[in-house]
Amino acid sequence: MEKQKTLFDVIGPVIIGPSSSHTAGAVRIGYLAGKIFGEIPQKVKFRLYNSFAKTGKGHGTDKGLLGGVLGLDVDNENIKKAFDYARKLNVQYEFEYANDHNRHPNSVDIHLEGSYKMDITGVSLGAGEVCITKINGYKFNINGDYDTLVLIYKDKPGMVYKVTALLQNYNLNIATMHCDRNAKGQEASMGICIDGSLPESLLTSLAEIDGVYLIRNIEVLKK
Amino acid sequence: MIQLNTFEEVLKEAGTQNKKLYEICQEHEAEILETSVEKVREKVQINLNAMKDAIFSGLKSKEKSMSGLCGDDCAKLIEKYKSGKIFFSETYQKVLLYSFATIEQNLRMGKIVACPTAGSCAIVPSVIVAMSEAANANEEIQINALITAGLIGEIVSNKLALAGAVAGCQSECGVASAMAAAALVEIYNGTNDQILQAAALTLKNIMGLVCDPVAGLVEVPCVKRNAFLAIYAITGAELAMAGINSVIPIDEIVDAMKQVGELMSPTLKESSEAGLATTKTGLEIAQALIQKWNAGS
Ligand code: SF4
Repeated sequence: MEKQKTLFDVIGPVIIGPSSSHTAGAVRIGYLAGKIFGEIPQKVKFRLYNSFAKTGKGHGTDKGLLGGVLGLDVDNENIKKAFDYARKLNVQYEFEYANDHNRHPNSVDIHLEGSYKMDITGVSLGAGEVCITKINGYKFNINGDYDTLVLIYKDKPGMVYKVTALLQNYNLNIATMHCDRNAKGQEASMGICIDGSLPESLLTSLAEIDGVYLIRNIEVLKK
Repeated sequence: MIQLNTFEEVLKEAGTQNKKLYEICQEHEAEILETSVEKVREKVQINLNAMKDAIFSGLKSKEKSMSGLCGDDCAKLIEKYKSGKIFFSETYQKVLLYSFATIEQNLRMGKIVACPTAGSCAIVPSVIVAMSEAANANEEIQINALITAGLIGEIVSNKLALAGAVAGCQSECGVASAMAAAALVEIYNGTNDQILQAAALTLKNIMGLVCDPVAGLVEVPCVKRNAFLAIYAITGAELAMAGINSVIPIDEIVDAMKQVGELMSPTLKESSEAGLATTKTGLEIAQALIQKWNAGS
């Protein structure tokens, strides 16, 4: 679900240039990926596709993605020095470039390694709008317009109920919800966009549900 | 809630309430964002200040872009103006300078305000800031002007995606120029009708502008185009203030732009497969950059 357009979509946002899709969009994809990973990675590998691959160097797409993963936001002037910043934090980074017409023109696969490993795919949709479409192979639709709850858990009956019941206890309204799974009875995922924000205590309760492997609260992006 | 779907509706609503367009817009915005008009204006002020920061930083730099194609034109203009040879007024010089200063900040990965996009980010700020200096317009008036610009862009965007990849450069620099023209009429306290006429005249004359960036980068022709279209906005505002009206109403112009955008070949919508991008020189530049970057520099 798209949020209503506002004045600040037209006389804003404040971003690092030169391209809203190839620079600001890249920063946002990296930033969301970094939050989903949940820690500063020791290693990160980016595979840029199509237009991202072709014009990425001239638009600073590489610096944007890396800076974003390291937690720099879309208006941070240090994005330009993202490579230096990564070296300072001892983060190894690598870029690959590929052409694949089955993929969105501005898409990237991000492989992150730290105390665990994760694969995240994102696309830049234009005008600085982005979407995280996959986490570890599960389909998601995270665009930073809402506080979003990301869950990966054991696929068994009652999980959706347990999660939504807890949200209900906190009187939180669900804007959208997406579920996916690999195979019956194995692992499954949920992405839930919330109106308002998620209190810390709720996250603790959610994490206590038996069978929840991964839980993240991805806060709404500053726009 | 008031709907801001068409210009006709907004003009009528403003007339009924006896308000300026920016007032209607800021109230509508406060409603959507569930906040106060003061908060909306504060946020606009933050963006206005970011625009001024970009101008200020840009005026001091001649750092080139990552491709090395652009980045030192503002410095060249400053040099020229030192020689004292003036075509028009000092204000005209300022509009050009501020425009180059802003767009060059953009290409060197500096902080800018997308207005409506990054590639067209210099048109509205250069006109509002330079012309406000000339007219001695205070910050309140500048905020009114920026909101007016935003209203134009917002309503156009209801019908037309503001993206070169969807509708060509008419929807980026073209719309920015119309936004700037409207803002300028607000600075000079023109009527609501004059504001919309300025935007209409500007849009009408930029229709069909293609997006054909060399090597796919937001540099050629984008950098110089911002300066040209900033000056162009002033023409739109001046005509409207003189009571010269667009024969075709603005809502119909936007419909026509949308149609033109759809008819425009995809090769001319940011894909760099035609136009300037595929000129002999354009292709040579693209080729040289691929080699440079593959070599890892
Ligand atoms: S030519 Fe294309 S990339 Fe350049 S400003 Fe216009 S729309 Fe943007």
